[in-house]
Amino acid sequence: MTSTDAPDQTGSTGHAHPTPKQYVNIAIVLAILTALEVSTYFLDFGVIAIPLLVVLMVVKFLYVAGWFMHLKFDSPIYSRLMYTGLAFALVLYAIMAIVTLFDHAPMI
Amino acid sequence: MATDVATTSLNLDHRKLAMWTFLGSEFLLFGALVASYLLYLDTTAGGPGVEIYDIPFTSISSFVLLMSSLTMVLAHHAHTKGDMRRMRLWILATVGQGAVFLGGQVFEFNVFVREGLTLGTSPFSSAFYVTTGFHGLHVFVGILLLSSLYVLSLTGKVKPSQHVKTEIIGLYWHFVDIVWVIIFTVVYLIPEIAALD
Repeated sequence: MTSTDAPDQTGSTGHAHPTPKQYVNIAIVLAILTALEVSTYFLDFGVIAIPLLVVLMVVKFLYVAGWFMHLKFDSPIYSRLMYTGLAFALVLYAIMAIVTLFDHAPMI
Repeated sequence: MATDVATTSLNLDHRKLAMWTFLGSEFLLFGALVASYLLYLDTTAGGPGVEIYDIPFTSISSFVLLMSSLTMVLAHHAHTKGDMRRMRLWILATVGQGAVFLGGQVFEFNVFVREGLTLGTSPFSSAFYVTTGFHGLHVFVGILLLSSLYVLSLTGKVKPSQHVKTEIIGLYWHFVDIVWVIIFTVVYLIPEIAALD
Protein backbone atom coordinates (compact mmCIF):
# COMPACT_ATOMS: atom_id res chain seq x y z
CA MET A 1 0.00 0.00 0.00
CA THR A 2 1.42 3.36 -0.99
CA SER A 3 1.30 6.53 1.02
CA THR A 4 -1.41 7.90 -1.32
CA ASP A 5 -3.67 4.89 -0.76
CA ALA A 6 -3.10 4.76 2.96
CA PRO A 7 -5.86 6.00 5.25
CA ASP A 8 -4.80 9.22 6.96
CA GLN A 9 -3.40 9.04 10.46
CA THR A 10 -4.26 11.96 12.69
CA GLY A 11 -1.00 11.77 14.60
CA SER A 12 -2.84 13.26 17.51
CA THR A 13 -3.32 12.11 21.04
CA GLY A 14 -6.75 10.61 20.51
CA HIS A 15 -8.56 13.83 21.38
CA ALA A 16 -11.87 15.07 20.06
CA HIS A 17 -11.64 18.11 17.76
CA PRO A 18 -13.96 21.07 18.36
CA THR A 19 -17.46 21.15 16.87
CA PRO A 20 -18.48 23.52 14.01
CA LYS A 21 -20.44 25.58 16.56
CA GLN A 22 -17.25 26.07 18.61
CA TYR A 23 -15.36 27.11 15.46
CA VAL A 24 -18.07 29.67 14.67
CA ASN A 25 -17.88 31.00 18.25
CA ILE A 26 -14.11 31.41 17.91
CA ALA A 27 -14.62 33.24 14.60
CA ILE A 28 -17.09 35.60 16.32
CA VAL A 29 -14.52 36.31 19.05
CA LEU A 30 -11.87 36.96 16.37
CA ALA A 31 -14.25 39.32 14.53
CA ILE A 32 -14.91 41.28 17.75
CA LEU A 33 -11.16 41.50 18.48
CA THR A 34 -10.54 42.75 14.91
CA ALA A 35 -13.26 45.39 15.31
CA LEU A 36 -11.58 46.50 18.55
CA GLU A 37 -8.22 46.69 16.73
CA VAL A 38 -9.67 48.82 13.93
CA SER A 39 -11.42 51.09 16.45
CA THR A 40 -8.00 52.24 17.70
CA TYR A 41 -7.60 53.99 14.32
CA PHE A 42 -10.88 55.88 14.62
CA LEU A 43 -10.97 56.54 18.38
CA ASP A 44 -8.29 58.11 20.54
CA PHE A 45 -7.04 55.46 22.95
CA GLY A 46 -4.07 57.60 24.01
CA VAL A 47 -0.96 55.86 25.32
CA ILE A 48 -2.67 52.49 25.66
CA ALA A 49 -3.40 52.22 21.90
CA ILE A 50 -0.16 50.48 20.89
CA PRO A 51 0.07 48.11 23.91
CA LEU A 52 -3.61 47.26 23.34
CA LEU A 53 -2.91 46.46 19.67
CA VAL A 54 -0.02 44.19 20.62
CA VAL A 55 -2.17 42.34 23.18
CA LEU A 56 -5.03 41.94 20.67
CA MET A 57 -2.58 40.65 18.04
CA VAL A 58 -1.18 38.05 20.47
CA VAL A 59 -4.68 36.95 21.55
CA LYS A 60 -5.82 36.58 17.91
CA PHE A 61 -2.62 34.68 17.10
CA LEU A 62 -3.19 32.28 20.00
CA TYR A 63 -6.85 31.72 19.07
CA VAL A 64 -6.06 30.89 15.42
CA ALA A 65 -3.06 28.70 16.33
CA GLY A 66 -4.79 26.98 19.25
CA TRP A 67 -8.24 26.34 17.78
CA PHE A 68 -8.05 26.51 13.98
CA MET A 69 -4.56 24.95 13.74
CA HIS A 70 -5.49 22.54 16.57
CA LEU A 71 -2.32 23.21 18.59
CA LYS A 72 -4.47 23.24 21.73
CA PHE A 73 -5.46 19.62 21.03
CA ASP A 74 -2.54 18.17 19.04
CA SER A 75 0.86 16.84 20.04
CA PRO A 76 2.98 19.52 21.85
CA ILE A 77 5.78 18.80 19.35
CA TYR A 78 3.91 20.84 16.73
CA SER A 79 3.64 23.77 19.14
CA ARG A 80 7.36 23.55 19.89
CA LEU A 81 8.19 23.63 16.17
CA MET A 82 6.07 26.73 15.61
CA TYR A 83 7.20 28.63 18.70
CA THR A 84 10.86 27.79 18.00
CA GLY A 85 10.52 29.42 14.57
CA LEU A 86 8.75 32.38 16.15
CA ALA A 87 11.42 32.73 18.87
CA PHE A 88 14.17 32.69 16.22
CA ALA A 89 12.28 35.39 14.29
CA LEU A 90 12.14 37.59 17.41
CA VAL A 91 15.85 37.01 18.11
CA LEU A 92 16.60 37.98 14.50
CA TYR A 93 14.63 41.21 14.93
CA ALA A 94 16.43 41.97 18.21
CA ILE A 95 19.84 41.46 16.56
CA MET A 96 18.91 43.70 13.63
CA ALA A 97 17.56 46.37 16.00
CA ILE A 98 20.76 46.32 18.08
CA VAL A 99 23.00 46.47 14.98
CA THR A 100 20.97 49.39 13.59
CA LEU A 101 21.11 51.17 16.94
CA PHE A 102 24.91 50.98 16.96
CA ASP A 103 25.04 52.05 13.29
CA HIS A 104 23.21 55.25 14.17
CA ALA A 105 24.93 55.86 17.50
CA PRO A 106 26.97 59.09 17.61
CA MET A 107 30.73 58.52 17.34
CA ILE A 108 32.66 59.62 20.42
CA MET B 1 1.78 -1.18 5.98
CA ALA B 2 -0.13 2.07 6.03
CA THR B 3 0.89 2.94 9.59
CA ASP B 4 4.59 2.46 8.79
CA VAL B 5 4.28 4.73 5.78
CA ALA B 6 2.28 7.44 7.47
CA THR B 7 3.84 7.78 10.91
CA THR B 8 7.23 8.67 12.37
CA SER B 9 8.98 7.14 15.39
CA LEU B 10 7.28 9.91 17.39
CA ASN B 11 3.96 8.31 16.39
CA LEU B 12 3.09 11.44 14.43
CA ASP B 13 2.03 11.70 10.81
CA HIS B 14 5.24 12.49 8.93
CA ARG B 15 3.45 14.76 6.43
CA LYS B 16 1.98 16.86 9.22
CA LEU B 17 5.33 16.97 11.02
CA ALA B 18 6.99 18.10 7.77
CA MET B 19 4.40 20.85 7.29
CA TRP B 20 4.89 22.11 10.87
CA THR B 21 8.69 22.12 10.39
CA PHE B 22 8.22 24.09 7.17
CA LEU B 23 5.85 26.55 8.88
CA GLY B 24 8.33 27.01 11.75
CA SER B 25 10.99 27.96 9.20
CA GLU B 26 8.52 30.28 7.44
CA PHE B 27 8.26 32.30 10.64
CA LEU B 28 11.94 33.10 10.20
CA LEU B 29 11.33 34.38 6.66
CA PHE B 30 8.47 36.64 7.72
CA GLY B 31 10.32 37.61 10.91
CA ALA B 32 13.19 38.89 8.76
CA LEU B 33 10.84 40.74 6.41
CA VAL B 34 8.86 42.42 9.21
CA ALA B 35 12.10 43.27 11.04
CA SER B 36 13.47 44.95 7.88
CA TYR B 37 10.22 46.87 7.46
CA LEU B 38 10.34 48.17 11.04
CA LEU B 39 13.97 49.18 10.73
CA TYR B 40 13.33 51.09 7.47
CA LEU B 41 10.05 52.65 8.62
CA ASP B 42 11.41 56.21 8.67
CA THR B 43 13.57 56.01 5.55
CA THR B 44 11.02 57.36 3.07
CA ALA B 45 13.58 59.39 1.06
CA GLY B 46 11.05 62.20 0.59
CA GLY B 47 8.43 59.81 -0.81
CA PRO B 48 5.13 58.75 0.75
CA GLY B 49 5.23 57.13 4.19
CA VAL B 50 2.72 55.26 6.33
CA GLU B 51 0.13 58.05 5.90
CA ILE B 52 -0.59 56.54 2.47
CA TYR B 53 -2.27 53.49 4.05
CA ASP B 54 -6.04 53.14 3.74
CA ILE B 55 -6.78 51.47 7.09
CA PRO B 56 -10.57 51.02 6.56
CA PHE B 57 -9.92 49.25 3.22
CA THR B 58 -7.14 47.02 4.65
CA SER B 59 -9.34 46.25 7.68
CA ILE B 60 -12.02 44.80 5.42
CA SER B 61 -9.58 42.59 3.51
CA SER B 62 -8.02 41.50 6.83
CA PHE B 63 -11.46 40.54 8.10
CA VAL B 64 -12.15 38.54 4.91
CA LEU B 65 -8.86 36.63 5.30
CA LEU B 66 -9.58 35.98 8.99
CA MET B 67 -12.99 34.55 8.16
CA SER B 68 -11.46 32.33 5.47
CA SER B 69 -9.77 30.47 8.33
CA LEU B 70 -13.24 29.59 9.63
CA THR B 71 -14.37 28.18 6.26
CA MET B 72 -11.05 26.29 5.99
CA VAL B 73 -11.45 24.63 9.37
CA LEU B 74 -15.07 23.78 8.52
CA ALA B 75 -13.84 22.14 5.29
CA HIS B 76 -11.45 20.02 7.33
CA HIS B 77 -14.19 19.14 9.80
CA ALA B 78 -16.53 18.09 6.95
CA HIS B 79 -13.72 15.92 5.50
CA THR B 80 -13.15 14.17 8.85
CA LYS B 81 -16.88 13.32 8.81
CA GLY B 82 -16.56 12.01 5.23
CA ASP B 83 -18.93 14.69 3.91
CA MET B 84 -17.03 15.49 0.69
CA ARG B 85 -19.78 17.63 -0.83
CA ARG B 86 -19.76 20.01 2.13
CA MET B 87 -15.97 19.87 2.29
CA ARG B 88 -15.77 21.06 -1.34
CA LEU B 89 -18.28 23.81 -0.64
CA TRP B 90 -16.19 25.19 2.24
CA ILE B 91 -13.02 24.86 0.14
CA LEU B 92 -14.67 26.97 -2.59
CA ALA B 93 -15.69 29.55 0.01
CA THR B 94 -12.10 29.69 1.28
CA VAL B 95 -10.72 30.09 -2.26
CA GLY B 96 -13.25 32.87 -2.89
CA GLN B 97 -12.24 34.76 0.23
CA GLY B 98 -8.55 34.30 -0.58
CA ALA B 99 -9.20 35.70 -4.07
CA VAL B 100 -11.03 38.71 -2.59
CA PHE B 101 -8.07 39.37 -0.29
CA LEU B 102 -5.59 39.05 -3.15
CA GLY B 103 -7.70 41.29 -5.40
CA GLY B 104 -7.76 43.87 -2.61
CA GLN B 105 -3.98 43.73 -2.35
CA VAL B 106 -3.54 44.20 -6.11
CA PHE B 107 -5.94 47.18 -5.97
CA GLU B 108 -4.06 48.65 -2.98
CA PHE B 109 -0.68 48.28 -4.72
CA ASN B 110 -2.09 50.01 -7.84
CA VAL B 111 -3.35 52.94 -5.79
CA PHE B 112 -0.01 53.27 -3.99
CA VAL B 113 1.98 53.19 -7.24
CA ARG B 114 -0.28 55.91 -8.71
CA GLU B 115 0.37 57.99 -5.58
CA GLY B 116 4.14 57.67 -6.03
CA LEU B 117 5.01 54.72 -3.77
CA THR B 118 6.84 52.31 -6.06
CA LEU B 119 9.17 49.43 -5.19
CA GLY B 120 12.21 51.66 -5.73
CA THR B 121 10.95 54.88 -4.14
CA SER B 122 12.67 54.35 -0.80
CA PRO B 123 13.96 51.65 1.59
CA PHE B 124 10.56 51.98 3.31
CA SER B 125 8.61 51.28 0.11
CA SER B 126 10.87 48.33 -0.81
CA ALA B 127 10.43 46.80 2.65
CA PHE B 128 6.66 47.36 2.50
CA TYR B 129 6.19 45.79 -0.95
CA VAL B 130 8.51 42.85 -0.27
CA THR B 131 6.85 42.03 3.09
CA THR B 132 3.23 42.34 1.94
CA GLY B 133 4.04 41.00 -1.55
CA PHE B 134 5.61 37.83 -0.14
CA HIS B 135 2.52 37.35 1.98
CA GLY B 136 0.34 37.83 -1.12
CA LEU B 137 2.45 35.21 -2.92
CA HIS B 138 1.75 32.79 -0.05
CA VAL B 139 -1.98 33.48 -0.36
CA PHE B 140 -1.71 32.77 -4.10
CA VAL B 141 0.07 29.44 -3.43
CA GLY B 142 -2.64 28.63 -0.86
CA ILE B 143 -5.34 29.26 -3.46
CA LEU B 144 -3.53 26.93 -5.89
CA LEU B 145 -3.27 24.22 -3.22
CA LEU B 146 -6.94 24.54 -2.29
CA SER B 147 -8.01 24.51 -5.94
CA SER B 148 -5.94 21.34 -6.51
CA LEU B 149 -7.55 19.75 -3.46
CA TYR B 150 -11.00 20.66 -4.82
CA VAL B 151 -10.28 19.11 -8.24
CA LEU B 152 -8.62 16.01 -6.76
CA SER B 153 -11.56 15.38 -4.44
CA LEU B 154 -13.97 15.78 -7.38
CA THR B 155 -12.05 13.18 -9.39
CA GLY B 156 -11.87 10.83 -6.40
CA LYS B 157 -8.08 11.11 -5.98
CA VAL B 158 -8.61 12.50 -2.48
CA LYS B 159 -10.78 10.05 -0.58
CA PRO B 160 -13.02 10.65 2.45
CA SER B 161 -10.51 8.72 4.61
CA GLN B 162 -7.62 11.02 3.61
CA HIS B 163 -8.59 14.04 5.70
CA VAL B 164 -4.96 14.72 6.69
CA LYS B 165 -4.49 16.12 3.18
CA THR B 166 -7.11 18.78 3.88
CA GLU B 167 -5.63 19.32 7.35
CA ILE B 168 -2.12 19.92 5.96
CA ILE B 169 -3.31 22.43 3.35
CA GLY B 170 -5.46 23.95 6.09
CA LEU B 171 -2.40 24.38 8.31
CA TYR B 172 -0.69 26.30 5.50
CA TRP B 173 -3.79 28.45 5.02
CA HIS B 174 -4.10 29.22 8.74
CA PHE B 175 -0.41 30.11 8.79
CA VAL B 176 -1.00 32.61 5.98
CA ASP B 177 -3.84 34.05 8.08
CA ILE B 178 -1.80 34.17 11.28
CA VAL B 179 1.05 35.98 9.51
CA TRP B 180 -1.45 38.56 8.27
CA VAL B 181 -2.69 39.04 11.85
CA ILE B 182 0.89 40.13 12.65
CA ILE B 183 1.39 42.16 9.45
CA PHE B 184 -1.92 44.01 9.83
CA THR B 185 -0.98 45.14 13.34
CA VAL B 186 2.78 45.69 13.01
CA VAL B 187 3.01 46.94 9.40
CA TYR B 188 -0.24 48.88 9.09
CA LEU B 189 -1.96 49.79 12.37
CA ILE B 190 0.85 50.56 14.83
CA PRO B 191 2.93 52.78 12.47
CA GLU B 192 -0.23 54.59 11.29
CA ILE B 193 -1.40 55.26 14.87
CA ALA B 194 2.12 56.28 15.93
CA ALA B 195 2.21 58.72 12.98
CA LEU B 196 -1.16 60.20 13.95
CA ASP B 197 0.01 60.92 17.52
